[in-house]
Amino acid sequence: MAKLTIDDLKKIKEKVHKEMSLRDGDRRVKVTVHMGTCGIASGAKEVMDALLQEIETAGANDVIVTTSGCMGLCSREPLVTVEILNQEPIKYEYMNPNKMRQVFKRHILAGEIQTPFVLARGAEVTR
Amino acid sequence: MKIFRSHLLICGGTGCQASGSIAVKQSLVEEIEKRNLAEEIKIVETGCNGFCALGPILVVYPEGVIYITLKPEDIPHLVEEHLIKGRIVDRLLYREPGTDKVIPTMQDIPFFAYQELRVLKNRGLIDPEKIEEYIARDGYAGMAKALTEMTPDQIVQEVLDSGLRGRGGAGFPTGLKWKFAAQSKSDIKYVLCNADEGDPGAFMDRSVLEADPHAVLEGMVIAAKAIGSKHGYIYCRAEYPLAIHRLNIAIAQAKEAGLLGKNILGTGIDFDLEIYQGAGAFVCGEETALMTSIEGKRGMPRPRPPFPAVAGLWQKPSILNNVETLANIGQIILRGAKWYASVGTEKSKGTKVFALTGDVANVGLVEVPMGTKLGTIVYDIGGGIPKGKKFKAAQLGGPSGGCIPVQHLNAPVDYEKVAELGAIMGSGGLIVMNEDKCAVDMARFFMDFCQDESCGKCTPCREGTKRMLDILTNITQGKGKEGDIELLEEMAAVIKNAALCGLGQTAPNPVLSTIRYFRKEYEQHIRDHRCVAAVCSAMFKSPCQHTCPIEMDIPSYIALIRAERLDDAYKILLQTNPPSAAEFATTSARQNAGAAILTNLSRLNS
Repeated sequence: MAKLTIDDLKKIKEKVHKEMSLRDGDRRVKVTVHMGTCGIASGAKEVMDALLQEIETAGANDVIVTTSGCMGLCSREPLVTVEILNQEPIKYEYMNPNKMRQVFKRHILAGEIQTPFVLARGAEVTR
Repeated sequence: MKIFRSHLLICGGTGCQASGSIAVKQSLVEEIEKRNLAEEIKIVETGCNGFCALGPILVVYPEGVIYITLKPEDIPHLVEEHLIKGRIVDRLLYREPGTDKVIPTMQDIPFFAYQELRVLKNRGLIDPEKIEEYIARDGYAGMAKALTEMTPDQIVQEVLDSGLRGRGGAGFPTGLKWKFAAQSKSDIKYVLCNADEGDPGAFMDRSVLEADPHAVLEGMVIAAKAIGSKHGYIYCRAEYPLAIHRLNIAIAQAKEAGLLGKNILGTGIDFDLEIYQGAGAFVCGEETALMTSIEGKRGMPRPRPPFPAVAGLWQKPSILNNVETLANIGQIILRGAKWYASVGTEKSKGTKVFALTGDVANVGLVEVPMGTKLGTIVYDIGGGIPKGKKFKAAQLGGPSGGCIPVQHLNAPVDYEKVAELGAIMGSGGLIVMNEDKCAVDMARFFMDFCQDESCGKCTPCREGTKRMLDILTNITQGKGKEGDIELLEEMAAVIKNAALCGLGQTAPNPVLSTIRYFRKEYEQHIRDHRCVAAVCSAMFKSPCQHTCPIEMDIPSYIALIRAERLDDAYKILLQTNPPSAAEFATTSARQNAGAAILTNLSRLNS
């Protein structure tokens, strides 16, 4: 490592802070990739990789990604749920890396719900 | 920049390592590798998380879910469930004692919820071996501000205004110490860090060094500018290998990044430091003994004045601050004195880190604002006393401190109140004792420790502690005499006044404070040869007989039962516990004996 100046300190802070912001717990968007066996078989892993790639490129440190198991609609996998803070969750069906990139840019960053891919609004309810 | 979807923070503090966190981490690395998740999930080994009793601990972000007492064989299931399927593994979560309620997230567990983290703000959250992670959380920003925007006088004034007092125990205002050293004229001055934590039951400094070593380095550089020093030492005991290992890494990284050494951050300020490993003598935590030890001589104190601010290490002006004190400095400079003084009591500002140990459910490391009630620390954060036992007292300040008994459970813990109650804040060791602990035996234990650690230079400490220990040992063996308590009090006063250094001056404290609060126990030991807690075993044959309200000869009774001589056993029972006439008429002697065995055995087991 070269000798640091005060500007370097600030740069390191900003850069690494983004990588670590996951540990702060405050976030704007939570994206859940459904990764049951059905999801993985139909390509959920590639969808998630694309999403992580997009987040990295955009430096979006207010978006977190989690996984969950099969939600029962195996025929429509890969499924992705996007929850923007204080908004209703949106579930997307038949996702692939390209659709994921579009959802990321248009919905997660710009706030426009990508209606053609939407399966449903709201979270699944268990009775 | 690499974004991971999840960070797994495994505690690598000494406590968790002792309970097997290295093996858990190894298993985690293998499992993540096996499942091809290495690109998505990051594993970070942190310093002490604080919840030492339940280690090894793993915190999973972004959810903040905390898993406790992990074993390597739990890992495959955990990875499969939580990291792939997104389902929290219930059986590995924290359960609230008593209610058995499952609490999945860290900040909702009372142990963490009541704490205010300042010194420990990075604990369990950064990798202590990566300088970038420290910088990302405002690390070295206070130092940058001090070096570029502030004069030495302003730094001293800021520390004075913050009200920060020495966290090593005595509570001397840190700013004042710096002011004196800054006023001393000399080409060479030293900044010293006291990491010679030696009290039994204390591990605050070790945990800070292991979890956040750069915070201490930052504090030392700021101190160096304040007093005009170019060289420093961290005096750390060799028994802290992990702390020394992480400090060495931190120092090397800081030097490489130009945050230590020549021309720091291009400001023209030079400061270099090194670690001096002590051999683990308790007296070397005393400032003059510590300096003598660094000079290469036998660690013994010297009379003051001259004070170290005038003539310290190698007779040059020096300041010596405790690890926790220095870890506060960077934030005080960055966020200001007012921010720092916003919590605490009138004369004790900021927070204090305590090592909570002894008979308490949540053994661990806690940080609370000054003035927090002792009861809050023991019951809300500490989770109370296990097995439904009663709280007897809390020993504060280790062998130099005293105990705070149950009637003062509501006392706000700050320097003044603690001193008023006859204890000292000390470096922060807080040992909780339940009703099964004997006050006299505890005083004897600490006196034994002080006597052992006395360097022998001055007579009051060398001989005085030995004589006091003799008297205490006699009392615990049932050989105490009338007048022993008064003699102890008299000797304590003399030793406190006449001893050369802090070790001797404070050694009688545990005795004085136990006499103050548990005088009756001393008297029972001396007059009745009775130890209510059944600890002082020289005075009795068996704890059950000793504490039995009717002093029944239980050992003989059990021996006879074991030999199946039930009638003889029954006779023993009759000697002290004749059954009532009605009972005698309706039940057989043997039934009675059998029922009594069960009762007595359950007593023994409890």
